[in-house]
Amino acid sequence: MADRFPSPFEMTPPVGAEGWEDLYSYSVVFSKERQAYEDGAFWFMDGVHTPEVIEPWDATIVEYALIALSQYNTRHYVIPPARGVDIRILNGYMYLAPVPVLDPAEIESRIPEFMERAGFYFGNWKTLEDAWLPKVKAVIAELEDISFEPLPEREEMAVLTEGRGTGSGMHLMQSYNRLLDLTLKTWNHHFEFLNLGYAAYLDFFGFCKGLWPSIPDQAIAKMVAGVHVDLFQPDEELKKLATLAVELGVDARLDDGTAAEVFAALGSDEAGRQWLAAFDEAKNPWFNFSAGSGFYHSDRVWLENLDIPLGFIRNYVAKVRRGESLARPTEAVAAERDRIVAEYRELIDSDEDAATFDGKLGLARVVFPYVENHNFYIEHWAHSVIWRKMRQLGEVLVKEGFFTQADDIFLLQRNEVPTALFDAYHAWAVGIPSRGAAYWPAEIERRKGIMNALRQWSPPPALGVPPEVITEPFTVMLWGVTSDSVKQWLGGSDEGGDLKGFAASPGVAEGPARVISSADGISELLEGEILVAPLTAPSWAPVFGKIAATVTDVGGIMSHAAIVCREYGLPAVTGTAFATKNIKTGQMLRVDGNAGTVTILD
Amino acid sequence: MSYIVWFSDPYPGDVRHLGGKNASLVTMTAAGMPVPPGFAVTADAYRRVFAESGLEQRMAALLDGLDVTDQAAVKVAGAAARDAVTSVPLPQWLTDEIVAAYDELAARCSDPHVGVAVRSSATSEDQPDASFAGEHDTYLWVRGHDSVIDHVRRCWASLFTDRAITYRREMGYADGTAAMSVGIQKMVTPRTAGVAFTLNPTNGDRSQVAIDASWGLGEAVVSGSVTPDNFLVDKVMGQVTSRTISPKHVEHRLGDDGRVVECDVEPERRDAACLSDEEIRAVAALARRAEKHYGCPQDVEWALDAQLPDGENVLLLQARPETVWSRKPRTSPLNGVAKDTFRSIVATLLDGHHAQGVDAHHGHPHSVETTRDTEHPQSVG
Repeated sequence: MADRFPSPFEMTPPVGAEGWEDLYSYSVVFSKERQAYEDGAFWFMDGVHTPEVIEPWDATIVEYALIALSQYNTRHYVIPPARGVDIRILNGYMYLAPVPVLDPAEIESRIPEFMERAGFYFGNWKTLEDAWLPKVKAVIAELEDISFEPLPEREEMAVLTEGRGTGSGMHLMQSYNRLLDLTLKTWNHHFEFLNLGYAAYLDFFGFCKGLWPSIPDQAIAKMVAGVHVDLFQPDEELKKLATLAVELGVDARLDDGTAAEVFAALGSDEAGRQWLAAFDEAKNPWFNFSAGSGFYHSDRVWLENLDIPLGFIRNYVAKVRRGESLARPTEAVAAERDRIVAEYRELIDSDEDAATFDGKLGLARVVFPYVENHNFYIEHWAHSVIWRKMRQLGEVLVKEGFFTQADDIFLLQRNEVPTALFDAYHAWAVGIPSRGAAYWPAEIERRKGIMNALRQWSPPPALGVPPEVITEPFTVMLWGVTSDSVKQWLGGSDEGGDLKGFAASPGVAEGPARVISSADGISELLEGEILVAPLTAPSWAPVFGKIAATVTDVGGIMSHAAIVCREYGLPAVTGTAFATKNIKTGQMLRVDGNAGTVTILD
Repeated sequence: MSYIVWFSDPYPGDVRHLGGKNASLVTMTAAGMPVPPGFAVTADAYRRVFAESGLEQRMAALLDGLDVTDQAAVKVAGAAARDAVTSVPLPQWLTDEIVAAYDELAARCSDPHVGVAVRSSATSEDQPDASFAGEHDTYLWVRGHDSVIDHVRRCWASLFTDRAITYRREMGYADGTAAMSVGIQKMVTPRTAGVAFTLNPTNGDRSQVAIDASWGLGEAVVSGSVTPDNFLVDKVMGQVTSRTISPKHVEHRLGDDGRVVECDVEPERRDAACLSDEEIRAVAALARRAEKHYGCPQDVEWALDAQLPDGENVLLLQARPETVWSRKPRTSPLNGVAKDTFRSIVATLLDGHHAQGVDAHHGHPHSVETTRDTEHPQSVG
C-alpha cells in the first residue's frame, strides 16, 4: 500500500479541457509558486458538497463557504489545534486541505485565547443564537429585494424628476456587487456557531467513547438529537398538505397531471382554492429546498419545480388513504431519547463521571439545534434565492446577446461578471454595439466544451500526504475523513467484497440496489430497494419511507444525509468511497447500519 | 400436602424444603431468568420416607458409632447405607406425584420420553460443598417413570457417600439432620450454545454484551475446539454492534448415554451464523437479566434449546461473576485535563481516534482467562 496519494502536480487535464485553470480564480488552482506547500499537504475531494464538476461561478459559493469556515477557526475562536481548511480546484473538482497547528507549544499558547473567545459563545449561546435567525432572515430578505432588470431604452422620468442622479447601468453593477456581498455575509453567518457546535459535540462524543469504547456512534447522536428540527419541516409541510387534501376531498384531483395542470384545476372551487392557499403558505419558505446539496446552480429547487413536492404529496396521500398516520411521533421520539440517556447514564459508576456526562450532554444539546437547523436556512433557502437572482441576471445578458440561455452566466467566474456587465453598460451608455455580444457566445461554447471534458475525468479521492491524525472538527464530523477512510482510499477500489463506511444510521436491511447519480434519479426508486448514491440530500427524505436502506460514497456521521436517515429510521452506511463504482443496480445488498458495512450478496 | 415444587411456582426459595440448588433455581425463575424447566421433589418427601419406611433406624444402626478413621469400615458401612436407600420401595403417594409431574414436563417439551437431569440438592450446611459432592449427585439423560424414580433414590443415597459420612462425623453433625431435595430438570438439547459476558472483554466496556456461540453444546466454545461466532450487542440500543462469523468445523452433541460426542459440521452450516439477530438479542437480554439480578458483571453459559418454542428457547445454564475486568479499578475518561471543557475539547480534537467513527474492536471472550466448571453443564448459580 502506498503511503501517499498522487501529487496534484502529476495530474493532467483530460483531453479537450486544456486551459481549464483560467476559468477559476488564480488563487484557487495549484501553482508552481506554492508547489512545496501544496505538494506536502493532504487534499481530499469534497464529495459531500460537490461530487461533480463545479462550474466557474458556482465556485464562488464553495470559496465563500471555505473562507468563512476557516476564518472562524483561525481568527475568531482560535481553535488551538486547527487552522482553516484550504481549498483548491483541480480539473473542475474541489479539493480541501485541513491545516493543523502542529507545534505543541503553539497549541498550548492558543488555549487561553480559545477559552476566552469560545467561552463567551458557549456561555451566551442561547442569547447569541436567538439573534442568528433574524440576522439570516434579514440577509435573505435583502437578497430577495435585489432585482436585475434589462437596461432600459431610456431612463424613466422619475429618475429626473426626483433628481436621483444615478442610472440603471450603475444600479445593475451595484446589485451584482450587493448579491456577492450578501452571499459572503450569508456564509459568514453560517459558521458563526457551527465550528463550536461541532467541537462541543465531538467533545461529548469523545467522552462517551472513553466511557464505552464500543458505543455505536448513532447512540451518541440520538442522545443529543432534537425533537423539533427545521430541516425536517419541508417534509412535515408535505405531510400536512397530503392530510389536508384528503380532509377537503380534493385528493383525487392531485392524482394525475403536471403541477401546473393540477393547480389550475384546483382553482375552480372553494375546497380546491383552500388547499392551494395552504400550499402557497407552506411553500414560502419551506419549498426553498434543494433536491441536491444546494451547492450547484443546477440543483433543482422545489419552489421552481413544483412537480417534485407534488410527487411526494401524492405518495403521502396514498398513505393517508391506506389509513397510515403521517404524524411524527414526537412524544415517542422524546421518550426514546430519554430512555437511551438514562440507561447509559446508569452504566456509569463514578459520580464525577456522571456529573461530567451531564455537563457535556447539556452543552451538546444546547449547541446541537444549530447544527441540525442551519442547513435549511443557508444551503436551501438562501442559496435558492441566490441561484434565482443569478438567473435573472443571466436573462439580462441573454437580452444583450452575450448568452443564449440564462444559465450561461454560471460559466463566468464571479470577477468576470462585473467586466461583462461593464461592457454591456458601456455599450448601452455610449450607444454602440458591445464587444460581449460578439465575444461571449463563442467563449461560452468553448467553456461548455471544457466542462464536458472535465466531466469525463475521475477525480482521485485524495492527493498529497495524509497526516497522522486529523484535528479539524469538520473534516471528521462532516466530511467523514478519518485515518480509516484514508487507509481505505490508499488501498484502492479494486478489492472486491465488503465496503466499509460510517455506521451512520442503525438497522440492517437487505434488498436490491438502485444506483442513482443525482436527484433526478430518485423517482426511479422502487419499494424495498436500497439507494446507492454519491451522496444524498435532506430533500430526498420523502422517499425514505419506501426504500430499505441508503449507502453513500461520501459523508460522515454528522453529514446532513446521516442526520436525516436517523430521523427517518432508515439504515445508512455513509462514506464508503466506492459504493457507486462497485455496486450495480439490481445487485442484492446487505446494509448493516450498525457495523457500517455493505455486502454485495451476489 | 404436595411434595412437588415447580421451578416456576410462586414459592419462596426455601433451603429447608428445596435444598440450595433447587432454591436457587426457583429464585432465578421467579426473577425472570429462563433456566431449563423442571421441578423439585422436596426434602419433606425424603424425611417422610425415611421416617415411615424405617430407613432412619437402619441408618442409625449402620452408622452410629462408626470409626471414621477406619477407611475400610467406612467403605463397608457407606455401601450398605447406599444400598439400603436405593432399594427402599417408594410409597405410592410419592411415585404418583413424581410420575404426574414428569408427564407434565414431557408434555411441555412435546416429548413423552423427555430426557431429564436428576440431581441432589442438599438442605443443610452440614454437607460438603458442591465441588465436593462429586459425580454421584447428578444424573444426566434420565428418561421414563421408573428410571426417574430410581434416580431420586440414588440422589438421596448420595448423602451417604464415604466422604459425606466422614465429613459429617469430623464436623460433629448427626447423620439424621441432613435431608435431600431432588431436582428433575429438562435436559437441554442445544441447537446452539455458548458463553456471554455482560461487558466487552477486550476493553471492559460495560455498555456491551459479548457473545461467543457455536453449534451444539457449549463445550465446543468453552474448550476452544472451535473458533466461535462472536457478537457484540449494545445493551441500551439492542444493536448488534459487531459480528464475526467463523468457520465452525465441529460441534459437540450429547448422546443418549449422556456422553459428549464430537461431530463434523456439514459444510452448509459451517460458515453460517449460528444465531439469528433476534436470538442474539435474546441471549444478550438473558445475560443482562442475570447481571441485574446479581448486581455485577456476569459471565454466563447459555444454550438455545432445539425443543422449546421460540421465545422460550434461550436458556441460562450457569451464571458467575465476571472476574477479570471487575477486579480492575475502573478507569475514567476524565483525567486532570479533560475535566475542563476547553482543555477537553482541545484534547478531543488532538486525539483524532475517538472520533474515527468505525469501531475496530471485536471482542473474543474466550481469549480472556476464565475458568469454568464444565463437568456440570446443567448447574445454575
